[in-house]
Amino acid sequence: MFFQNLQKTLRQNIREYGMYIALFVIMLIFTITTEGVFISSRNLSNLLNQTGYIAVLAVGMTLVIVIRHIDLSVGFLAGFLGAIAAVALVQWNLPVFVVIPLVLVLGAIAGLITALPVAQLGIPSFVASLAGWLIYRGLLLLVTEGTGTIIIPDATFNALGNSYIPDLPEMAFLPGVHKITLLLGLIGIVFFILGQVNDRKQKQAYNFEILPMDLFILKLVFVSAIVGAITWVLSGYNGLSWTVVIVLIVLAIYHFITTQTVLGRHIYAVGGNPEAAELSGINVKRIIYVVFGSMGMLSALSGILFTARLQSATTTAGTLFELDAIAAAYVGGVSAAGGVGKVIGSIIGALVMLSLTSGMNLMGIGIAYQYVVRGLVLVAAVIFDVTTRGKGR
Amino acid sequence: MTSPILEMKNITKEFPGVKALNNVSFKVAQGEIHCLVGENGAGKSTLMKVLSGVYPHGTYTGDILYNGQAQQFRGIADSDKAGIAIIYQELALVPEMSVYENIFLGNEIRNGFLVNWNETIKRASEMLKKVGLTVNPATKVKDLSVGKQQLIEIAKALSRDVKLLILDEPTAALNEVESDNLLALLRGLRDHGVTCILISHKLREVFAIADSVTVLRDGQTIITLDAKKGEVSEAAIIKHMVGREIENIYPRREKIPPGEIVLEVKGWTAFDTLLGRDVLKDVRFNVRKGEIVGFAGLMGSGRTELAHSIFGNPDGYHLKGELAIKGRKAVFGLPEDAIRAGIAYVSEDRKGDGLILSQDVKQNISIANLRELASRGVVNANAEIKIANQYKGSLNIKTPSVEQKVVNLSGGNQQKVSLAKWLFVKPNVLILDEPTRGIDVGAKFEIYTLMTELVKQGMSIMLISSELPEVLGMSDRVYVVAAGRIAGELPISEATQERVMQLATN
Repeated sequence: MFFQNLQKTLRQNIREYGMYIALFVIMLIFTITTEGVFISSRNLSNLLNQTGYIAVLAVGMTLVIVIRHIDLSVGFLAGFLGAIAAVALVQWNLPVFVVIPLVLVLGAIAGLITALPVAQLGIPSFVASLAGWLIYRGLLLLVTEGTGTIIIPDATFNALGNSYIPDLPEMAFLPGVHKITLLLGLIGIVFFILGQVNDRKQKQAYNFEILPMDLFILKLVFVSAIVGAITWVLSGYNGLSWTVVIVLIVLAIYHFITTQTVLGRHIYAVGGNPEAAELSGINVKRIIYVVFGSMGMLSALSGILFTARLQSATTTAGTLFELDAIAAAYVGGVSAAGGVGKVIGSIIGALVMLSLTSGMNLMGIGIAYQYVVRGLVLVAAVIFDVTTRGKGR
Repeated sequence: MTSPILEMKNITKEFPGVKALNNVSFKVAQGEIHCLVGENGAGKSTLMKVLSGVYPHGTYTGDILYNGQAQQFRGIADSDKAGIAIIYQELALVPEMSVYENIFLGNEIRNGFLVNWNETIKRASEMLKKVGLTVNPATKVKDLSVGKQQLIEIAKALSRDVKLLILDEPTAALNEVESDNLLALLRGLRDHGVTCILISHKLREVFAIADSVTVLRDGQTIITLDAKKGEVSEAAIIKHMVGREIENIYPRREKIPPGEIVLEVKGWTAFDTLLGRDVLKDVRFNVRKGEIVGFAGLMGSGRTELAHSIFGNPDGYHLKGELAIKGRKAVFGLPEDAIRAGIAYVSEDRKGDGLILSQDVKQNISIANLRELASRGVVNANAEIKIANQYKGSLNIKTPSVEQKVVNLSGGNQQKVSLAKWLFVKPNVLILDEPTRGIDVGAKFEIYTLMTELVKQGMSIMLISSELPEVLGMSDRVYVVAAGRIAGELPISEATQERVMQLATN
């Protein structure tokens, strides 16, 4: 009975659970092939930090693809705005708490500019953002031309890409373990369980279909174990990095907006059927501006994270970020047909792609093969998506 | 009668839940112009799709005899080879290609692996001469008027040595002069031995040109009339077209004296920039409180365009004229404005621009009025479920739960979701565009009952429908729309099917 239920649930929700399973399998394979190095505290911590600047782009890209558009300009926009941040810090001597909001606002404006021809004239976003790709690449070169790489001495700024949240002073209890990280992980698990139980009660009140109790507990245990394991591994190194904290905050905000708010509903309605959305009184142009504006702001954030991580602005910063973000979104289950896709999925997608890179690096596989494998995984993910979608009908 | 070129025997074609053609027999004599008439949904287009192989052999039952031989067309390519060409209402030309490229598209004159362009242009010019068109063959098709494009389609058919030419409503988008030219051309082709099947709603044309007329109704052949024997007359055709009795599925309503005018439109003209012509001309009508006003007319007569132009003009027509809500002038820039002013529009094309199929029932019901369910931009999910369940109950939407995706619902239930969405907006004026198209009789009855209930509560309904019995059975007043104009206004006591058809087809 239990296994029948499990099978049924997995089959019904294969689309939703598919990526988690894929990520789990990939991590397991690399853990075995690298004899545990992959899952080591140090490697996992690095992996998450590297995922950060792609993950925030993937979150924005999810919404762009959901409304049936694309934004190719985000990579070099991130690079360019990262360079602006460096210039503002180094040459204009602006304080870091002015620079970051300034760059985020500039990013949002850049996104709105991309949206302008798309919304007003119906120009394909592929073309409009390809123009942006060229323009921001040029501007990035222009900014870094005179000086070459701009090195950033500001410790606060660089901390965003390199440092970890503070810990309690060392004590006898659990030596060498990052206790705040562990605590946050535990709090996260408690909130997750409370939320799930609450949700289940509400569904019961409305007589909706719910998971059988044993499966429900299995789900809680499974997710808690994963979160717990990751937290445990991370707290064994330096704990949570600021990058991961920022990604989690972005994820939380966007998850809330897309699932709970009127704006989120309108975005998915426009993606699901633009004509119906318009006839339902939704201002489709406004949605295009909002989504591209948010994409621009997240590009700026991505640029800040990347620049902080390198502690400098380089002439090639942001190269191919846009394609990594798009791939992450598709791997994460966003549908090219529009209207379907979750921001959490895209973050998982980004993790899958970065895990592949990291794992293959550890195994000493050459970069040439790495590209081929990542390409195959992307295609496999989309084939999986398309074939499981057919079953829903 | 000369020997038949085409004989279709006992054709039956079923779609899930609908018998589109029921044992239809249809005979066309060599070298005649045969008109096929019937109301919308009578099965004319389906029959022609069976003939041309769009519905391949095996998906229908019955026999097709062409030149005395049984045919089993598996696709358009087969019927094309046999010399049957079909020209649809929506033209199948490539706008960005030149006239000569279009004429020989898919039938290129080859020179080994290459296209012989010189020969193509020469032959295209000959074809153009045949159809009496004087344009440079190098002109792009998009630069030609619809009438001329129609002639290009015919030239394309002629270039393939067509024996049997089928035209589906060829004059729907043409003006009178263009229509007359086209009819003259068809006569010329007939004299050169090309047989024509013409589907038309314009009875004037049918009298002018038909050698014989076959009437279809509800997927069945009613009668074939012969012009030479003097059987073809307007009265005869209309009688056979609408012949059925009005079934008693329209709920009785108590007559209440009409209330004040809630919606009034005067001198309403809409210019479609894409088509480059007026889709509505000097339209004038009004709707009173607690009234069902019917809008009858043929497909393409401009009723949906009228609804869209009032409902915030999402198609971007250039509008002229006056729109007043409860006596106050109103201008709507977006559907959003119209909704705020108390208008709701249940669209004709449920799947195309009505519902969001990838989302569930509750999300579809709430989408036009999320603000009522939200505080500070956050949607109250519980309130949403509650509202959705209320409508599920009151409209009897058959779905296991409101979290079911609408794509999994039947047509009738999808339509109810669409209705629920607009009732939740709580409008004063509800525009229903073909509210019962493609749904079964039971669901129809439920929708009629609901309409009765709504007007009793003081709502006003504009009912756009191509099903005449429905318009006549439900309305208090009927406007007949033809060619973008109001061709007439009839109180329900004077509105008969014959009278409405007369106004709609003239």
